[in-house]
Amino acid sequence: MLLLTCPCCGVTAEETEFSPGGEAHLKRFGPGSSDDDYETYMFQRKNPRGVHFERWRHAYGCGKWFLAARDTMTLEVFGTYPAQTTEPPPEIIAKIKQKRPEWEGFK
Amino acid sequence: MSHRLATGGRLIDRAQEQKFTFNGKTMRGFKGDTLAASLLANGQVLLGRSFKYHRPRGVVASGAEEPNALVGLGRGDSYEPNQRTTTTELFDGLVAESQNHWPNLNFDLLALNNLVPQFLTAGFYYKTFIQPRAFWKHVYEPIIRRSAGLGKAPATTAKDPDRYEQIYAFCDVLVIGGGIAGLQAALSAAQAGAKVMLWEQTAYWGGRAPVDMVEIDGEPADVWIRRTVETLENMPNVQTRLRCMGAGVHDHGYVLGYERVADHIPTSDAPRHRLWRMRAGQIVTATGAIERPLSFAGNDVPGVMLASAMRDYVVNFAVAPGKEVVVVTNNDDAYRTAITLRKAGVGVAAVVDARQDPQGALPMHARELGIRILTGKGIRKVKGGKRVTGVEICRIDSKGTAYTDKLDCDAVAMSGGWSPVVHLWSHCGGKLIWDEDGSFFRPDPDRPPLGANGSGFVQTCGSAAGQMGAVLADAHASAIKAAEALGTTVAAAAAPATDTMPDAAPMEPVWMMPRNAEYDLRMKMWLDFQNDVKVADVQLAAREGYQSVEHTKRYTTLGMATDQGKLSNINGLAILSDALGQPIPATGTTTFRPPYTPISLAAIAGEARGTVFQPLRRTPLHDWHTENGADWEPVGQWRRPYTYRQAGESRHDAVNREVKNTRQNIGLLDASTLGKILVSGPDAGRFLDMLYTNMMSTLKPGKCRYGLMCNENGFLMDDGVVARIDEQSFLVHTTSGGADHIHAWMEDWLQCEWWDWKVHTVNLTEQFAQIAVVGPKARTLLERLGGMDVSREALPFMEWRDGKLGAFDVRVFRISFSGELSFEIAVPASQGRAFWDKLMEEGKDLGIMPYGTEALHILRAEKGFIMIGDETDGTVIPQDLGLNWAISKKKEDFLGKRGMEREAMIDPMRWKLVGLETLDGSVLPHGALAVRAGKNTNGQAITEGRVTSTYYSATLGRGIAMGLVERGPERMGEEISFAGEGDKRITARIIDPVLYDKEGEKQNV
Repeated sequence: MLLLTCPCCGVTAEETEFSPGGEAHLKRFGPGSSDDDYETYMFQRKNPRGVHFERWRHAYGCGKWFLAARDTMTLEVFGTYPAQTTEPPPEIIAKIKQKRPEWEGFK
Repeated sequence: MSHRLATGGRLIDRAQEQKFTFNGKTMRGFKGDTLAASLLANGQVLLGRSFKYHRPRGVVASGAEEPNALVGLGRGDSYEPNQRTTTTELFDGLVAESQNHWPNLNFDLLALNNLVPQFLTAGFYYKTFIQPRAFWKHVYEPIIRRSAGLGKAPATTAKDPDRYEQIYAFCDVLVIGGGIAGLQAALSAAQAGAKVMLWEQTAYWGGRAPVDMVEIDGEPADVWIRRTVETLENMPNVQTRLRCMGAGVHDHGYVLGYERVADHIPTSDAPRHRLWRMRAGQIVTATGAIERPLSFAGNDVPGVMLASAMRDYVVNFAVAPGKEVVVVTNNDDAYRTAITLRKAGVGVAAVVDARQDPQGALPMHARELGIRILTGKGIRKVKGGKRVTGVEICRIDSKGTAYTDKLDCDAVAMSGGWSPVVHLWSHCGGKLIWDEDGSFFRPDPDRPPLGANGSGFVQTCGSAAGQMGAVLADAHASAIKAAEALGTTVAAAAAPATDTMPDAAPMEPVWMMPRNAEYDLRMKMWLDFQNDVKVADVQLAAREGYQSVEHTKRYTTLGMATDQGKLSNINGLAILSDALGQPIPATGTTTFRPPYTPISLAAIAGEARGTVFQPLRRTPLHDWHTENGADWEPVGQWRRPYTYRQAGESRHDAVNREVKNTRQNIGLLDASTLGKILVSGPDAGRFLDMLYTNMMSTLKPGKCRYGLMCNENGFLMDDGVVARIDEQSFLVHTTSGGADHIHAWMEDWLQCEWWDWKVHTVNLTEQFAQIAVVGPKARTLLERLGGMDVSREALPFMEWRDGKLGAFDVRVFRISFSGELSFEIAVPASQGRAFWDKLMEEGKDLGIMPYGTEALHILRAEKGFIMIGDETDGTVIPQDLGLNWAISKKKEDFLGKRGMEREAMIDPMRWKLVGLETLDGSVLPHGALAVRAGKNTNGQAITEGRVTSTYYSATLGRGIAMGLVERGPERMGEEISFAGEGDKRITARIIDPVLYDKEGEKQNV
């Protein structure tokens, strides 16, 4: 059971206090988008062995959504950050690169 | 014959005799005994029958690794199968029964399986029982079910009378294992300043050291153990727990501990088990090692035991496993058993050593005591059925065709070397390396399980780390490492004491005895005692192409029993590796999964059973419903009245009465469970336009509009009425089950996609009691209360007003889910009950009656109104339900719009909503499928629709139904066939789903 820190209220809590929301940083494709874009948005999910960005909600706490950068293999948490962003903040990227030099980067 | 020795026994108190029964026979033991020890003391060597072959089995081990000596404990509601006698502490009045035999332990008819073992080889399920086909269900399966399995499950009606609890706890360093390594680790970590928790799975401290002749600072280990435990118990930063097993190590330092608080004191009012939900900064596993059996023919005959277990019984419980013992080994350690037995006055026929020239200190000592030692030899075969009667000896490098010696004995002590207990290290991803010297896997300290910060959070020490000699210095070092990893400023931890034990010379791996054993012998060499897997089975699997150890495990069932292969795994791996012609590390191990040994389901449930299993949500009117005959129905976590039965009524009668009364007089419905979410802010209208398929931003304050919500696939997920409160706020009504989920859905979009929109949402569901006053006399009743104007002109259909009715603060919505004149009235939750009482009182002469959820369903179905979850199932779009009118053509975007544009969603062959009436007026079965003549390419019936809602309509006096039918609306009047039970077919006509008041005049009066 993971420990995560909610960047909104600062609480570090057990996984059961949060609810998972799947892959982070998806771009929504609505009416007028191509079939390929819509399919990517709806169904094409990354499932990496290693660095991954995820959505979590502090469902049984402050109620806020946030994002987490995590290693799916080792369960290391590189950091959590507010959901109001389209890509991971530079300090998270820097931390991951330092710990995982072989990481190919975001996207 | 096993028996109690006249003196000795460091764990027993001879002054306290305890009576117990085994298979109804009364026996006696002492306080401090395990059940296994006292059974052996009573001469009971045969304890159960094996899983497949029903072979007689006795105790093999002395601890958690025991595969054979399982019994059923207790009786009635307290009965528990498959309990290990070796970890069960004896208490006065204990009741035990042996398992897996028929008709009894001594005479088991199913032991016939043993005579035809070729039918039950590896993978026998997949091979033997295929033909003839029909035999599986009627012949093979019943026989296998009868003969397989160990204990019987308790009766389904049994209610566990005991109490169980869970505790959350935190510590800096958790030390698992209370042997001398664990004690030292706890002491060093505590002296370094860490907050320490120490768990030991047995009922005593010190582990094997006192039995294994360890001396610490020149004194027997017991002295140091007593002193150290006392020191620990007096330290304020240390907590210790006996009878508490580290069950599993999980992510980020989460550890489950299984404490058997009161198993040994059944009269206590303490909880029986306690589950520790521990978060530890660092974990030190000091879990020791388990001895391995040797694979020789007949190694499962009762009386054959692990050498270490045998000296445990002698030293700890003063129980001798026999009168004359043969010790068989490939290492020096087993000589401790020979020496211990000899010193206790038990006969040692010989030590049979596979090695050619053992010259270590222990063998030398044994020689000095005059014990006969046969070198370069092995056991060819154990003689005896229900009890060892002797052994045949052969040369270790032979095929074992003939014996060189024959020895009479009634017990055999075997030792194939030791394996560190690496389970806890491995649970969360710690890796292992193969130790060539000791022939075992041990934790690789460079690849520990990783925590949230990416560094290791488990240390391991002592024999659990593969240190098979002195352990205290290693334990001290591990503890200091753990403290340092936590950033603890390490205070002065005293240097550890010096532990010494006689040096042991290297062991020599022997995976099969004799090394070139012929098939007949291999057929009788047990690897997995509990699941009856033999050397020959693993070799067969390898021949049949099983190369992966995980596949071999599942094919042969090696290591899959309740002991999870604690004794069998390494031996099995070695046999498989040999058969595959590769080194053992290339084969690898199977995955170690928690729990270490089985833990009770009740401990996992803790207090969460019965009424506290799940919270119950009650509306403000819950008590009234209870007092007035509510027939409850669960709706999510709510309870709602399905109907209210009056004296002499059936459920069906009551529902019909409620439907009729609502259509003719007045019905009252508790609609408080309806979701109520306030959406406000400058962008509230724009936000709801994205959420709903229709336009909400154009709604005028004071008005209501019905709307649909879809997910991004375009599938309907919720519906309800939106009321605009003022320029910036809307009250959104969701379905009863949807309130929390729709609120979360709103927050998701607001926080994660449109975070710059100014919208605030609040879930007000429980703040209001909502009561629907429904029926032709509804207005008359409200007018009697006095207050606000509820006339058609002042409060038209699909509008709402705030005001007062009598003394109550109300918000009245003119909305209808029944087709009748209907007012849904919200009052503050605190006024709900009083308002309901007032309505019931004032409406008495108008024929007022409450109605439940079933009448609600029938009323809406008569009107052709859809219900989320009935007409929808997560694959239905609004267009399927003829709700095109509620989908905006003007809006550029809303959630689900893109999804609805997909090819499959505009397919003209989609199943669409229609009404259905049976030709004979009967009620269609719920969920019935419409079937067309013919078969599809798979030979299955072709379906063209299904029933989504079906009821008896008291209003119309016949069955009514709605359903989704292929091109349904184009096929009005057509008759289609629905599948009933068996081959029955029911014909129904496709009709308009609106069956009552098509023009909608009644709700608009």
